[in-house]
Amino acid sequence: MKFAESPLWQLCLVRWREMSREPGVIFWVFGFPIVLAIALGLAFRHKPPDEQAVAVAGIAGDPAVAEAMAAIEAIEGFRAERIDVAAAAEQLRSGKVLLVLEPRPAGTAPRITLDPTRPGGRLAEIAVRDALEHARDPAGRLAVEETVVAAPGRRYIDFLLPGLLGMNLMSGGVWGVGWALVLMRTRKLLKRFAATPMRRSDLLGSFTLFRVVISLLEGAFLVGFGILAFGLWPRGSWLDLAVIVALSALAFGGLGLLVASRAQNAQTAAGLMNLVTMPMFLLSGVFFPAENFPDWMLPVVKALPLTALNDALRAVILDGRSLAAAWLPLAILLAWGSACFAVALKVFRWR
Amino acid sequence: MDEPQTDRRADLAGPAIAVRGLVKRFPELVAVDGIDLEVRRGECFGLLGPNGAGKTTTVEILEGLTAATAGEVRVLGGSWERDADSLRGRIGIALQETELYDKLSVRETVALFRSFYPRRLGVDEALAQVDLLEKQDAWVEKLSGGQKQRLAIACALVSDPELFFLDEPTTGLDPAARRSLWEIITRLKQRGRTIVLTTHYMEEAEKLCDRIAILRKGKVIALGTPRELIATLGADEIIEVGSEPALPEAAFAALPGVVACLPDPGGFRLSVQGIHETLPRVIDVLRQHGARPTRLATRTATLDDVFVELTGTSLEAEEAEAAAKRAAAGDSRKAKR
Repeated sequence: MKFAESPLWQLCLVRWREMSREPGVIFWVFGFPIVLAIALGLAFRHKPPDEQAVAVAGIAGDPAVAEAMAAIEAIEGFRAERIDVAAAAEQLRSGKVLLVLEPRPAGTAPRITLDPTRPGGRLAEIAVRDALEHARDPAGRLAVEETVVAAPGRRYIDFLLPGLLGMNLMSGGVWGVGWALVLMRTRKLLKRFAATPMRRSDLLGSFTLFRVVISLLEGAFLVGFGILAFGLWPRGSWLDLAVIVALSALAFGGLGLLVASRAQNAQTAAGLMNLVTMPMFLLSGVFFPAENFPDWMLPVVKALPLTALNDALRAVILDGRSLAAAWLPLAILLAWGSACFAVALKVFRWR
Repeated sequence: MDEPQTDRRADLAGPAIAVRGLVKRFPELVAVDGIDLEVRRGECFGLLGPNGAGKTTTVEILEGLTAATAGEVRVLGGSWERDADSLRGRIGIALQETELYDKLSVRETVALFRSFYPRRLGVDEALAQVDLLEKQDAWVEKLSGGQKQRLAIACALVSDPELFFLDEPTTGLDPAARRSLWEIITRLKQRGRTIVLTTHYMEEAEKLCDRIAILRKGKVIALGTPRELIATLGADEIIEVGSEPALPEAAFAALPGVVACLPDPGGFRLSVQGIHETLPRVIDVLRQHGARPTRLATRTATLDDVFVELTGTSLEAEEAEAAAKRAAAGDSRKAKR
């Protein structure tokens, strides 16, 4: 039998034709992650760090105020602005300034007012104290040798892109497989197939194979976009990356299969798929590191397939590590994939 | 065809389908309530009855899609428990209301089904048999209802099966599309294929089927050739009569030649033997009573009349009742399938 006439190939062709002939699907697979990456890339584009604003409270023309402002302006990355003493509380509360420095008449210590819960508040205080001391005693400062690094891989977009790739692979796997199967069931196509000698393995194989191929395309597409738009070259091997992506196709394809294995209509299936994917959007370190969650949640968060995928992707793309170093997330993905397939095959309904 | 057909001769002697004591119970109803059937090789066998009579359930058991609660089923000499794999390759199925892939072309769809079978026809040949060659590149979503049904039949016949199951192939089609399907089914018959056809159109059964089983509430209430079934009426003709004012049944029932008189919406349906004698008498009766005929029609007896005779209600009325029940039940049973 020619390969082109084999059920597996014909069923794969169905998957390809259904996808490629539905423009909306193409957008969700390729367009959406790009749009998201561009939007977030614009919001968090690489720019010099914001200047930290510090207020000096006092009367314009007071030499003490001018002196304090000059001292602060001399700190790298700091900007000073003069305000009236009465406005200090308001300025702090609204977050326009990190702290308020009030130089007071000679003999009285300058007053610093700050909110220590604000990020950077305490650091600003240290910097301002240092600047004041330095102004008083220009010689009394330790000399250090400073090296400034600007390595790619530490920007937010660098963190974000692997996360977006992971998120896309998850949605694509769960929806791509689950939705197509549920539609085949509601349209009685599964039942029609069950009445032919078609082997189940050919049908499942076509879904799996197609998911792997499409996942690799998605991966190549997004990584290529990262290189072109943000200069983010994966530091690890492309082959390792491909293995991770292919494994994720099995894990999420399996999840889609499981979700769709009994659902009798599209609404139920859509609800279930959202139920499965939504928590992972939030928990699995797409937009911010999963490690931000409290320690007691981490074992659960880390066991989620999307967390595992994102960890593995970042290990290879950002840290240039090998597959061996990412064995734990890979094992988690493999476990999810096998468990889902095993259960789905047991409970799968053909009608 | 990719394989020689040597192994198929062995069991050609027996019936295509033999069913004994078939029962299918669902939690909320008994869909099939003890059916015995035998379908001979090469015949077109009709399962006739209103929606909910158990036709589809019976056929799905025969197709190996549903397990029977009780009873014995042999298909092409084999059983679904033991020979499922080989049987699936030897039957062709057009399910009621399958929707094929919208975005596939006609040709691609047939090629897909073709790939499942070890022995098979060429795609062109399958399409030619259902007159869809000129539509082969059209997407399924662009096809008319009749074309979709023809495609469904092409998917069934691409494996060159010995036995076809066509479940309500013409339901919901316009008359022209229905006639073109009848033509295709007739061609299958001429090629010596065994066909099991379910329908709730009496006319269709009469035209296509060699033998018919009439099902009602999960039971076979009549079995035979269309001619035999009509002959059970003991009457060749039907007179439908209604009048203003309406006359009592007795006015007609006793007339010579009237075999049966059944109430009908708007009057009576008289089964008549020797219409040339009875019809003038009917007109006399109307005249004697000073009644104006609102309806007076004669026609040859059909299977529909058999159904009325057997059940006291017409298939149409039964259909309407079933539809109302389904609507009331929120279509729960169908939706669950």
